[in-house]
Amino acid sequence: MFGDHINTDLIIAGRYLHTPIPEAAGHTFEAVDKAFAQNVSPLDVIVAGQNFGCGSARDAAPLVLKHLGIGCVLAEDFARIFFRNAITIGLPALAVRGISGKVQHLDEISVSLDSGIVSIIRTGDVLKTTPFPPQMRTIIEAGGIDNLLLNFKRDGNV
Amino acid sequence: MWESSGLRQTMAEKIFSSKVGRKVSAGEYITAPVDLVMSHEAFSTAASRLIAVGIDRIWDSDKVVIILDHLVPPANERMATIHDQIRKMVKQFGIRQFFDAYEGICHQVMVENGFVRPGNLIVGSDSHTCTYGALGCAASGIGGVEMSYVLATGELWFRVPSTIKIILTGELPPRVYAKDLSLSIAMQLGLQFAQYRSIEYVGESASKLSISSRMVLSNMSVEFGAKFGFFIADDKTVTYLKSIGVDDAKGFGPDEEATYEGEHRICADTLEPLVAFPHSVDNVHPVHEALGIPIHQALIGSCTNGRIEDLRAAAEILKGRKVASSVRLLIYPASRAVLRQAMEEGLIQSLLEAGATLCPPSCGPCFGGHGGVLAPGENCIASTNRNFQGRMGSPEANVYLASPATVAASAWRGVIGDPREVA
Repeated sequence: MFGDHINTDLIIAGRYLHTPIPEAAGHTFEAVDKAFAQNVSPLDVIVAGQNFGCGSARDAAPLVLKHLGIGCVLAEDFARIFFRNAITIGLPALAVRGISGKVQHLDEISVSLDSGIVSIIRTGDVLKTTPFPPQMRTIIEAGGIDNLLLNFKRDGNV
Repeated sequence: MWESSGLRQTMAEKIFSSKVGRKVSAGEYITAPVDLVMSHEAFSTAASRLIAVGIDRIWDSDKVVIILDHLVPPANERMATIHDQIRKMVKQFGIRQFFDAYEGICHQVMVENGFVRPGNLIVGSDSHTCTYGALGCAASGIGGVEMSYVLATGELWFRVPSTIKIILTGELPPRVYAKDLSLSIAMQLGLQFAQYRSIEYVGESASKLSISSRMVLSNMSVEFGAKFGFFIADDKTVTYLKSIGVDDAKGFGPDEEATYEGEHRICADTLEPLVAFPHSVDNVHPVHEALGIPIHQALIGSCTNGRIEDLRAAAEILKGRKVASSVRLLIYPASRAVLRQAMEEGLIQSLLEAGATLCPPSCGPCFGGHGGVLAPGENCIASTNRNFQGRMGSPEANVYLASPATVAASAWRGVIGDPREVA
């Protein structure tokens, strides 16, 4: 669980920006929790407040989260560049109004990317995300930008 | 003054409409061709991805500009290898517009070399690409991975942003600058008032600002969540562009009666020097609330405030004075050209005699990934754009953001100081 304005310097500090992602991932959120990377389990969900991912355009931010196995990021809203980067590299990021007030640490959450429905198992609350724009859906359905690039190489168009 | 589209459009709407070839409005999702792509060390990520997928051609290598600035000079073998790889990839992809290390910070080099034109659409692998809005250019940051897509196809998807107008009025008092204006906006409106929006800085005071001062405000726009941070391209813009050899530039601005999502008035008349306290750009206080905070490092530079205007402001304060013995004052001119001009004007002499240290035209300590970083418990006052926890080194260090004049006054005093109190 995180609050508002979680910036990309916090997610991955400048000193790790030019190291390979597998190595950098061990330092995710180091400034706030040295053990964060060790404690993450596959399909864990990050839930945060407003303006998640503000600051620098570094792709390393969503890339390290994805590398650690984070299933998705749910936030009240996202900073623009982080949101684009997350979708581009295949890390699901969903803006869900009201999410931060409804979730507690260690809650189980079910997320459907297709319908945009988020269910909190403990309370039975059901929330809806704002739908993805069409171009983002294309990227998500293709499984990330690399697949779109492969299509481009093969067909000359996306 | 500039052409109307006849469609009552904002600058963002006009530019996207022109790229797409039909009228588009705020809120629409489009795919648009870009005029230019800028990248720095992130190019190694973007280009490697293309190579891995088997794409060996960039859509138009003449529309790509690569500039090395973040890892300058390379501090270890890994950084040196990244630079070496980029030099090879630039040749491999036929990119002729390549500025090797020491030319300067990417955004400064882009503007100085005439790559930024009013009414154009530019994407860059750096969040402060929005700096080019100062010349009426739609410019925004993207990640290195998305950059690989643009390099292959020459286009990208966008949502046409709605626009917020910021009306600047009044006159900046002595020793108060564009950076203070920007910090005032942060203080009054916060970190996300312009999320996904385009900002247009307008008003009489906006037109009085120099190009360099406009760049400060456009640069800081991303700190408020903005996609674009425009100034109208007026006579000043055209004159500047002519002075750097761009003869065919035309003025560019919004249509009268364009639709705005909102507007704010910011008055400069009563502005004081401001300081953003750790660890947030909107944690802004007037300098008199910061007086006496001890300083270990002071930094004048960055894409925000590393230009000749900034060095002049600093030298005016420090000429004939000495930097406090407890302070390390680092000067990072934003480009080789800025450094050369500063030398001609005697500014470097004055700063060095005061005890400053001259550093290579580059990003330096700003992003914390290179030299000049901080130890736990140290305070740095900097003319940079971000002060998040850990931004400049230790997470237990503190970064205060301010104008170059305030930084210079603080370097002299050894504690945060008010530049207006320096004779």
